[in-house]
Amino acid sequence: MTKQIHLAAHFPGVNNTTVWSDPRSQSQIAFSSFVHLARTAERAGFDFLFLAEGLRLREQGGKIYDLDVVGRPDTFTVLAALAAVTEHLGLAGTISSTFNEPYEVARQFASLDHLSGGRAAWNVVTSWDTFTGENFRRGGFLPEEQRYERAERFLRTACELFDSWRGDEVVTDKETGTFLTDPRAGSFAHRDAHFDISGRFTVPRSPQGRPVIFQAGDSDAGREFAASAADAIFTRHGTFRAGKEFYADVKRRLPKHGRSRDELLVFPATTVVLGDTDAEAHEHAAHIRRQQVSGQTAVRFLEQVWNRDLSDLDPDGPLPEFDPVPGENTIAKGRASTRQHRDPIAVARQWRELAQAKGLSVRELVIEVTARQSFIGTPETVAAEMDRFVQEDACDGFILVPHLTPGGLDDFAETVVPLLQERGVHRTEYTGGTLRENLGLPPLPAPRHRERTAS
Amino acid sequence: MAPPHLHLAVALDGAGWHPAAWRRPDARPADLFTARYWVDLAQEAERGLLDLITFEDALGPQSSRDDGPDDRTDQVRGRLDANLVAARVAPLTERVGLVPSVVVTHTEPFHVSKAIATLDHISTGRAGWQPRVSALPSEAAHFGRREVQPDELLDEAADHVEVVRRLWDSWEDDAEIRDVATGRFIDRDKLHHVDFAGKWFSVKGPSITPRPPQGQPLVAVLATDADEHRFAAQAADLVFTTPHDVEQARLVEARIRDEQVLAGRAHEDVHVFGDLVVHLGADAASRKAQLDELDGAEHVPDAPVFTGSAAELADRLQVLATAGLSGFRLRPGAVPEDLTAITRDLVPELQRRGLFRTSYDTGSLRARFGLPRPASRYATTAGGRP
Repeated sequence: MTKQIHLAAHFPGVNNTTVWSDPRSQSQIAFSSFVHLARTAERAGFDFLFLAEGLRLREQGGKIYDLDVVGRPDTFTVLAALAAVTEHLGLAGTISSTFNEPYEVARQFASLDHLSGGRAAWNVVTSWDTFTGENFRRGGFLPEEQRYERAERFLRTACELFDSWRGDEVVTDKETGTFLTDPRAGSFAHRDAHFDISGRFTVPRSPQGRPVIFQAGDSDAGREFAASAADAIFTRHGTFRAGKEFYADVKRRLPKHGRSRDELLVFPATTVVLGDTDAEAHEHAAHIRRQQVSGQTAVRFLEQVWNRDLSDLDPDGPLPEFDPVPGENTIAKGRASTRQHRDPIAVARQWRELAQAKGLSVRELVIEVTARQSFIGTPETVAAEMDRFVQEDACDGFILVPHLTPGGLDDFAETVVPLLQERGVHRTEYTGGTLRENLGLPPLPAPRHRERTAS
Repeated sequence: MAPPHLHLAVALDGAGWHPAAWRRPDARPADLFTARYWVDLAQEAERGLLDLITFEDALGPQSSRDDGPDDRTDQVRGRLDANLVAARVAPLTERVGLVPSVVVTHTEPFHVSKAIATLDHISTGRAGWQPRVSALPSEAAHFGRREVQPDELLDEAADHVEVVRRLWDSWEDDAEIRDVATGRFIDRDKLHHVDFAGKWFSVKGPSITPRPPQGQPLVAVLATDADEHRFAAQAADLVFTTPHDVEQARLVEARIRDEQVLAGRAHEDVHVFGDLVVHLGADAASRKAQLDELDGAEHVPDAPVFTGSAAELADRLQVLATAGLSGFRLRPGAVPEDLTAITRDLVPELQRRGLFRTSYDTGSLRARFGLPRPASRYATTAGGRP
């Protein structure tokens, strides 16, 4: 059977993939920007809009990073407002399991699910650093190996709260004066190594029962967590081959958690660059890459690997001859990319060789090694390629990451989406009432009825 | 000279403030957890040109007891997050102020700060916030991290509000420069660590959310006793008080002014409102009696209860206002009926008396209260303190 492609829109965030210097770039804070992207996505029949998270402004060399977009709104607040200006679009928020408490997060997601008529989704992530912890009561405290453990317990605890109302308690019978049938509705008690909480949850069961659960993270622990508890997994595996391997791996993990293949969707983050011809699209893509990686951005990127100040480096010259400073990376705070270079000296050696072989400057090298553009070509080329990825199980859909705020998906919606619809692989109208239904996920089992006695 | 205009706020909670309000014929208890319900109420308040709406909230269920949840099934139980309700309503209203309650006792100032700042961005300058403390052990158990020390809660709340306010100031207004020539999106000299270190928490900053349109969204505090009056005078732009008569109103108003001086805020405008639970209409007293009977007890809230016609309420407000109150927050006993009585009967009556405006002004919520848009306390540019 032909698989349907699921599509999601990422609101362009705070990194160098977002091109703020383009004249078409508008505010990343004004609500009108969120409305524009959300309505574009909804007109095109997307499943959901997705917000990432950051809980401390990035710093490099002891100073707030100033070359990329800085600033974002509160996730829950902006999603609740978007529920007012959309009807079908799912509203997915990334919320850390580290610097929040299950009761509060569960209450906010259950409220969002009510206020959106069943369109809430939660991307459960972990935060790790004491740097971010300096903004919170809890501080930074979790060793890396306990992060997924806390995330897993956090999610399990939140689900107990979501399930603390069965869904049939509120009867509002004015005649008999029965508002609730169960005096203990919302009762819960949870105790494990991370959470020891009990009491009464204040939000009756929401339209979806709980938000759709997304998980991002590529480590073995992350994949296992997703396979055990998530409805969808976000990945960075943008190529066909890597996608197929990842897809096969995570789907293979499902049965041992008692789950079937269709209970976990795989969504790579994807960029699309369109042109009237394939050649023009590639030219356009190269131009965007240069917009994304200025000379200064390239030098700052190299500093993150070299772990030292390189402000004297000429971005149009060769890579440094000297090696990175070994040991803990101290130059960049609050960004994930530094963790990707576990062996900076080997990385530096490899990059120097690559730069030498291809005659690349610092800036050209950074453009080459950080390229993540996935689909480049005419709308026909892109539609066919995306369809192939989905039909041949490299993924179940895509999270489109535009490089412009907020109009970055306008062209895709107008040109590629109709082609996907012609192919019969993308909806022409919403059929489900909830995000869960639109994603084709199986219904949740009803919460088990627990005998409760008044005390 | 014409008398000054009164400010009017309305407090929304469930089906109204009377616990049996959900049983009134036109009540919509089955809709309490839908967006449509809250949008309808907010739009009605806006049709009445009201200054602002407060949305109640708590981190535990409603109860007829003071010390934790009860097991009653004949009253409304369950409530949505007030900030999210306000955010859901924001795009579908234009002028009315939106002031959710947010508990400060178990929550993170960093999260609260960006949530209210975002509500202000979304509503283009109509956001406020009603910080509340939570003294109940049953609510502490929802978080499971510490024992609550009731006598410390207001001091902790004052720190919480201080951090939230600092975070709102942590971006100067013109921090975002988008300077293509130098490749800088922001002028990082205009972003500031708040570096708060107190007894209960420390917060580094800056906020991740740029400074909200009002600079400082309105902070509103309900204060019913002396300790709360002190906290309100330290923290609030707007204080909800609960005087039962003019004499008491004068005393409370004076006490808040004294506390304001002690808090070093003598030069700042702090508005004092009177709170009233209102049942309005010719049959108000009998409706209230019926509700009491349905509930099995007389409803005795923390604020005075008014029953009577809109004209009688206008008389009462006029008298109370002579104590120096700048307005009132009315808590409808039952919605929609007591809300529509406010917007369709009371407001026209006050307008006839020249005591209430006949259209919305165009400014922010702060501007409606004559409050200036403060410069960031960290501002390095002209007008701010270094």
